[in-house]
Amino acid sequence: MAKEKLSTLISTAVPLLIENIDTDQIIPARFLKATTREGFGENLFRDWRFDAANQPVRDFVLNNPRYSGKILVTGKNFGCGSSREHAAWAIYDFGFRVVISSFFADIFKNNALNNGLLPLVVSENFLKKCLERVTAEPATPITVDLPNQVVSITGGPSEHFEINPYKKASLINGQDDIDYLLSLRDEIREFDNARQRVAPLP
Amino acid sequence: MEPKTLFDKIWDAHVVKRADGFPHALFIDRHFIHEVTSPQAFDGLRARGIPVFNTRRTTATADHNVPTKDQHLPIREALSRHQVETLRKNCKEFGVDLYDLGHPYQGIVHIIGPELGLTLPGMTIVCGDSHTSTHGAFGNIAFGIGTSEVEQVLATQCVLQHKPKTMRIEINGQLGRGVVSKDIILYIISKISSSGATGYFVEYAGEAIRGLSMEARMTVCNMSIEMGARGGLIAPDQTTFDYIRGRKFAPQGQAFEQAVETWKALITDPGARYDKVLTFDAADIGPMITYGTNPGMGMCVTDRIPTAKELASLGDTTSFTNSLEYMGLAPGDFLLGKPVDYVFIGSCTNARIEDLRQVARLVKGKKRAESVEVWVVPGSKQVEAQARKEGLDKIFEEAGFELRSPGCSACLGMNEDKVPPGKYCISTSNRNFEGRQGPRSRTFLASPLSAAAAAITGKVTDIRTWMEN
Ligand code: SF4
Repeated sequence: MAKEKLSTLISTAVPLLIENIDTDQIIPARFLKATTREGFGENLFRDWRFDAANQPVRDFVLNNPRYSGKILVTGKNFGCGSSREHAAWAIYDFGFRVVISSFFADIFKNNALNNGLLPLVVSENFLKKCLERVTAEPATPITVDLPNQVVSITGGPSEHFEINPYKKASLINGQDDIDYLLSLRDEIREFDNARQRVAPLP
Repeated sequence: MEPKTLFDKIWDAHVVKRADGFPHALFIDRHFIHEVTSPQAFDGLRARGIPVFNTRRTTATADHNVPTKDQHLPIREALSRHQVETLRKNCKEFGVDLYDLGHPYQGIVHIIGPELGLTLPGMTIVCGDSHTSTHGAFGNIAFGIGTSEVEQVLATQCVLQHKPKTMRIEINGQLGRGVVSKDIILYIISKISSSGATGYFVEYAGEAIRGLSMEARMTVCNMSIEMGARGGLIAPDQTTFDYIRGRKFAPQGQAFEQAVETWKALITDPGARYDKVLTFDAADIGPMITYGTNPGMGMCVTDRIPTAKELASLGDTTSFTNSLEYMGLAPGDFLLGKPVDYVFIGSCTNARIEDLRQVARLVKGKKRAESVEVWVVPGSKQVEAQARKEGLDKIFEEAGFELRSPGCSACLGMNEDKVPPGKYCISTSNRNFEGRQGPRSRTFLASPLSAAAAAITGKVTDIRTWMEN
């Protein structure tokens, strides 16, 4: 999939004040039946956005017109549970490019990075401030400066964040891991043959 | 030579390339795929015009979406049918072995790998499914990946990965009566929380783990992901070798004996360093049950749910309150005696033949409570066939349990098996997330023994006292 490049992003943010959000909430299993990557945004947080009668849940933040933007700010341990990459696709498809939290589940983090979505890890303290500020003043722009690895709340604190240099370059250039792995194909072939001598295939 | 952990030994033996600033290119010995997380990966290969790197290292099955009734008929639900048909088409086009519906080897991907001898010690194993950790019970590195990574493995037989940290979890001593491997893992998660092992790969050790059968070890490793770990493994031993011997795709005869000799070296060297070590006493573990909407919210079945005040020290209480509200429970409540509506015995955690035998032994000659519906969904066609051969189907039938055909079923409710809104289900699966078993369903995770007891009594039951009656 062609990914949009991500470098510096200035956007308002949507605050989602919940911890341990699992991928079953991000995109419930019954919506995983598509065989393409597109269109999952429609069912992002489906069971929180819509009630049993398919009516929008008024007080859920994504239904609140006060909040919008390309950044989702949320509680720790975001993306735990199932490995479904559909969760990252849904968030991206909905229009988010960055998710800010103090802590991401491992598989989700990889999936996000593989899809041009930045899982941005900040300190607990920064997260708290960010959530408070965005909730109270939804028009506050947040700047994510990926090249310099700095996230700043306009008129508020800023913080340096960590990201693997390879993954950072991938996001900035919009390239994916397969291109790199394919360049190793001959070495891998040799490795495979050597493995088969130690552990023969059935 | 520096002493190494088992994890490090296997990992290091599979790194094809370690370039500065890059994640490791890790070679994958065995790749499992299923219908839900593979279609977009095959599309990627098609778009690039490349074949599967080594078809002999990939095995496919249909499990997540499949009906558990009338499996011989075309799948009724159009989207599910389309997904299974897409898998069929892709496997054919790319030359991948598929255990399709109706095949005697079909079943939940994490159940069929071990039972076919495709899962072996010392391997690296991946699947586009978080519970790939199950396979680690054989002493290998097995972890779940996303669809982009499925595409990487299909295209290059490698994934790009950062090496995780290592954690050792030791369970010393012996388990009490009525306490089984599911209780061990629910207990650990309740102690360290659903994110307590994020960033780590876990090695389970200690007397209580050594004493477990292979199937029970798989239950423990299966739920490693529920504490945030990428995977969990257990060093192989005689129990492992005995289980593997004679399995369909395992090395046979002389080759098997040779393999066992190499597998014996798969242990952590004395003095090897882990990034973290946790120790628990088996005697402290009772029959467990979860009360909330993440697997860390578990307790001994005779305990009461903590109050918000007791939890205040942990910081966040909003999620806790929301979770209890969803479950229709109150802080400080006891679950013992709470009526349940559904009992689900199934999933890659607890749907192997031993699980079904345990349930059958407990319910033989008894009848389910009228108020509950009981689904027994075997993990694979082979499990189902074995259960019928042993007459377990008769025992279930007499008890009023329905023995269905294999698949993921109500573990995630992607097919028609859904727990209705607001209903309580005691389930042997691995996740109690909101809506996991169907929109607004409520899940109590427990062992097959506890689930069986609840099926008969119609309520949450302490298996220890119940067994005495
Ligand atoms: S049984 Fe449940 S947890 Fe296991 S693979 Fe199927 S859906 Fe996933």
